[in-house]
Amino acid sequence: MSNNIRFVQGNEACVEGALYAGLEFFAGYPITPSTEIAEQLSSRLPKIGGKFIQMEDEIASMCAIIGASLTGRKVMTATSGPGFSLKQEALGYAIMAEIPCVIVNVQRGGPSTGIPTHVHQGDVNQARWGTHGDHAIVALTASNHQDVFAMTVEAFNIAETYRTPVVLLFDEVVGHMRERLVLPEPGEIPIVERLRTSVKPGVNYHPYLPREDGRLPMSDFGGVHRYNVTGLYHDMWGFPSDEPKIINELLHHLMDKIEHRTNQLARFKEFYTEDAECLLISYGSSARSAREVVEKHRQRGERFGLLELLTLWPFPSDLIRQKAAGARLVVVVEMNMGQMCQSVRLAVDRPERVFLSNRVDGVFISPSDIEKTLHLIQGKGV
Amino acid sequence: MAVKDYIRERFFPHMWCAGCGHGIVLNGLIRAVEKLGIDKSAIVMVSGIGCSSRIAGYLDFHTLHTLHGRALAFATGVKLSKPELNVIVPMGDGDALAIGGNHFIHAARRNINITAIVMNNRIYGMTGGQCSPLSGYGTLASTAPYTNVDQSFDVVQLASAAGATFVARSTGFHVQQMTEIIQEAILHNGFSVVEVMSQCPTYFGRRNRQGDAVDMLKYMQKITTPIGSKAKEQNPELIERGVFVRKELPEYCSAYDTVIRRAKEGK
Ligand SMILES: Cc1ncc(C[n+]2csc(CCOP(=O)(O)OP(=O)(O)O)c2C)c(N)n1
Ligand code: SF4
Repeated sequence: MSNNIRFVQGNEACVEGALYAGLEFFAGYPITPSTEIAEQLSSRLPKIGGKFIQMEDEIASMCAIIGASLTGRKVMTATSGPGFSLKQEALGYAIMAEIPCVIVNVQRGGPSTGIPTHVHQGDVNQARWGTHGDHAIVALTASNHQDVFAMTVEAFNIAETYRTPVVLLFDEVVGHMRERLVLPEPGEIPIVERLRTSVKPGVNYHPYLPREDGRLPMSDFGGVHRYNVTGLYHDMWGFPSDEPKIINELLHHLMDKIEHRTNQLARFKEFYTEDAECLLISYGSSARSAREVVEKHRQRGERFGLLELLTLWPFPSDLIRQKAAGARLVVVVEMNMGQMCQSVRLAVDRPERVFLSNRVDGVFISPSDIEKTLHLIQGKGV
Repeated sequence: MAVKDYIRERFFPHMWCAGCGHGIVLNGLIRAVEKLGIDKSAIVMVSGIGCSSRIAGYLDFHTLHTLHGRALAFATGVKLSKPELNVIVPMGDGDALAIGGNHFIHAARRNINITAIVMNNRIYGMTGGQCSPLSGYGTLASTAPYTNVDQSFDVVQLASAAGATFVARSTGFHVQQMTEIIQEAILHNGFSVVEVMSQCPTYFGRRNRQGDAVDMLKYMQKITTPIGSKAKEQNPELIERGVFVRKELPEYCSAYDTVIRRAKEGK
């Protein structure tokens, strides 16, 4: 057996992906079901000269990674629902100040303390809208450990490319389940390194003046260029401004750099979608059961297909409209009250054909749960 | 270097009211850095939100203007990531000790080598004169119209109890002392806290009938005294100025280097 094969928890796959991507700094606060990420990084990071710190709370953890990112490091924090709520203000800061960072949320049941050790996918819309004010966000997910690894690497790459926070929205089942992970060789998955400015010492560097391709080269704190970073609306120097033109342009820039790349950022997997009459759409651990249902029906010669979303935000509307175009029936499988289902209905041409198959009692949604929904829908004569 | 070499003239005029004490702290801070001869690129100034926190933007260091109360948490990330940088954190009293109180005591407990300057004007200036945890019993504020019944913190006692290894107090009236103390605080290898009593004539002064900025500065002279002075014995009400704590304990980033060494050796 190769050295590269591991039998691990999803949380460990995330740790491996982060280290592969070049993680150097982690700040966190323990919370089930994400704690293993912090525990493992407290041991792994110092081995490579990286830094781990357990902060006094999740707010502080989020703030600390932003500070560390500005010194030129790749950074991450990990939490679950209650902690994700606490991070929202600083997450908005990272959006506004355009700081690359990765925030893992291994979802548990909410609201409030909810059900710490059981699975839910109820933070999907919080990931999109949790922080105040208009903004865009990138959120990725995965249903198996190989993809947890790959999406974690992807999260760092996107964060660096677009100078943005990226949310990794895993769930308790994926986080705690054990399965095989094949570690890619170095170089096998491309890694995006931070784009640093080529402006020479003594020449004015504008931290918020985009290049022609829209990217904003950075300069590490401690380097030759001294500049201001703020959560206020700011000009190209990073200095606060209340000029209407500057406010308008900055907000559009922050939205457009993500929303205009929705199709480019859409990561997904598809199984038998080409001719699917019944299209299941799912993500995270729910997609595992959805896949099983699809396989079973295909064996019986029924035209079932699955679209598994890996990018949840920006919402891949075009992709969904396209894939759902030929389907008689679209069933969104998720463990919440229909957060993605709502977005899917907005995206497709015939929203009355979109149904929700869910489970919200903390029990993992099984293939037979999905079958039950299918029976009900068919009973309606759809 | 001249004072103006430390300032980003492009961003002036500043936003402070005439007579605001925060400008005096700005001046004292520049003089301290100048005397120490620290390279501007080796300084990161991290601030929160408040009139006081705007100090960061005006200075030609690496400056990080963050969230209300969270400056020390951001600063901890900067410092642990690059310990060779000098990290200075100016904060308002509300910023440091109300919303930021938890970060304040934990940064002190860790003894991370950061210089925290609490610009204490006993009021929320930026939001228009609400009471702060430093306003004190019996004062008036826009949210304490019938007098404040909240007791106040003593910054020095709080910082000392939380584990800060350098703790001092000065005022905007005693600029020379303030500058010297800030210098020593920057040099200190550990978490240092300098409380600078600052005046907000616009809100605290007016509400509490303390007169204009000059009257308020003179009042600071009157109500303070050097640590251990005769005057203090005779009048225990006086507030002491000077260095209260100066001690050595393992500094956090250096201690973390030991963690790295152990991890690499596999122990
Ligand atoms: C989370 C959050 N809560 C409240 C505010 C509003 N706010 C801005 S500054 C401030 C208090 C400022 O007082 P202080 O920290 O003492 O500094 P000063 O303005 O007096 O220098 C408050 C409450 C905010 N910006 N963010
Ligand atoms: S409101 Fe008070 S603290 Fe704020 S600038 Fe004016 S005088 Fe200074």
